[in-house]
Amino acid sequence: MAFPAFAIYSFLYLYPALSNLLYSTQRWDGVTKPEFVGLKNFIHLLTDDDLFMKVVSNNIRFAIIVVVLQTGFGLLFATFLTENSKTNIFLRTIYFFPTILSSVSVGLIWTFLYDPNYGFINATLKAIGLDKLALNWLGDSKYSLYAVAVTQIWFHTGQMVVIYVAGLQQIPAELYEAAEMDGATRWQQFKNITWPMALPTTAVVVAYTTIQTFRAFDLVYAMTQGGPLNSSDVLVTLVYNTAFVGYKFGYAAAQTIFLVLLVMLVTWLQRRTLRIDYGDKK
Amino acid sequence: MIYKVFKNTMLTIFAAAVLVPSSIVVLGTFKEDVEIYTKPLALPKHWNLNNFRTLIDTGNVITPFKNSVIVAIFSVAITIFFASLVSYVVARSVTVTGKVLFLLFSLGLAIPGQVNIIPIFTLFTKLHLNNSLFGLILVNIALTLPISVFIISAFFKDLPKEMFEVASIDGAGHWRVYRSIAMPLARPAIGATSIFLFVICWNDLLYPLMLINELDKKTLPLTLIDFRGEFATSYSMLFTAIMVASIPMVLMYVFMQRSFVAGLTAGAVKG
Repeated sequence: MAFPAFAIYSFLYLYPALSNLLYSTQRWDGVTKPEFVGLKNFIHLLTDDDLFMKVVSNNIRFAIIVVVLQTGFGLLFATFLTENSKTNIFLRTIYFFPTILSSVSVGLIWTFLYDPNYGFINATLKAIGLDKLALNWLGDSKYSLYAVAVTQIWFHTGQMVVIYVAGLQQIPAELYEAAEMDGATRWQQFKNITWPMALPTTAVVVAYTTIQTFRAFDLVYAMTQGGPLNSSDVLVTLVYNTAFVGYKFGYAAAQTIFLVLLVMLVTWLQRRTLRIDYGDKK
Repeated sequence: MIYKVFKNTMLTIFAAAVLVPSSIVVLGTFKEDVEIYTKPLALPKHWNLNNFRTLIDTGNVITPFKNSVIVAIFSVAITIFFASLVSYVVARSVTVTGKVLFLLFSLGLAIPGQVNIIPIFTLFTKLHLNNSLFGLILVNIALTLPISVFIISAFFKDLPKEMFEVASIDGAGHWRVYRSIAMPLARPAIGATSIFLFVICWNDLLYPLMLINELDKKTLPLTLIDFRGEFATSYSMLFTAIMVASIPMVLMYVFMQRSFVAGLTAGAVKG
């Protein structure tokens, strides 16, 4: 019964993953005969490739900003919207809405909002006299990565709110009632009840968001294609360009292996810290 | 008091952050470019469908729409069918087969699909599967099988074992049990997973970008990307195209909200 799935999956997932390992040891332009170079690609990647290091640092910065803010906003709005009142359900529906759009649509909508001349953001800033703040958001290498990060946060915060609400609704209401009787402030309630009780959900949200940020491609490609001057390049856009613009297939494969290892390392570290955290506070 | 002000301010700001861009796009589909630049949030001067007409006449959005529908529907239907079969084996198997299968598919969750772009590209070039919708469907199936197996098998495992056992004692074979017991019971999970997969397939850019370059095989995200170049400054055309590309998702969101949200969050939580 499981055979058809197994066949497709092996042929188009496991087998490619293995050939990828092989490619990473070759110098290959995708057309002529590949040449075996051993670990040279990896050595070059880690010791002599400034662009790669820049992109890794971009991706890590992108991940940190998005994970921290998206998780933070997700939890904040979920605490506001935990109860199933009509207004709350309505607001959750609105917040979730961007999640259903495609990365390409979202990227192009925000390209308009960020447009230095006609865009909504700069037009508004100029209208209220803040001309100095009307920057070239996507066109300036100083801001492009952060501009994309803001879009990513706008895109998926609503999804995190919904995940958090499901988690927060599991917390027994008696805990809050007791705290209120003892005269605990909102902040104390959050710190001593919501935060520790929501930690398992936080672990899920953080892990998911982290992986999303290291897989990011569509949004970046739609908004900046990694530019200007690679300032918003992330790992997958770099791999794409290395392979399909630069025709260095072997080298690009080595980059993807690095990406897998990096994601595994980061997830492992997160699991450790979040578990320790959880154990301490329990 | 301060808490209330803070709460309401934050909630309003984020609601506006979602509603303002969405309104600009929706209203923009009825406007000309100048109107979008000067009064992005005002109601359009003339309510007409000129942009849609121009888009259909010149932009060639019908074919990509059709392609996207074909790719998404076949990818989802086949993935769900295959994944539910695997999940059935995983949940019901008493031998080591189930465990091995589950482990194999879990491996796919550890390796992000994006990592396979180079080998898939070379493989598909060899097999002449690039520039074909069939090829895209195959890729989608392979990429979404792991997560689907993960979600559906978790659901099957939660079903009471006795239901299967009683049917088996009554002499029903595995196919029969799968078809008339497991699947009907799993309907909510199947529905939510289908929507989750549909969103992924409908919105994907990376694989079509890599595999498709013939105009009549392009999917919607690919066409939208082309639009940015073609109508470099025409946001009215762009907004109209975005609208067309988003309508199926919006309709599904409005009419199947519960499964939609369940699917997209299950995908995140379980993945």
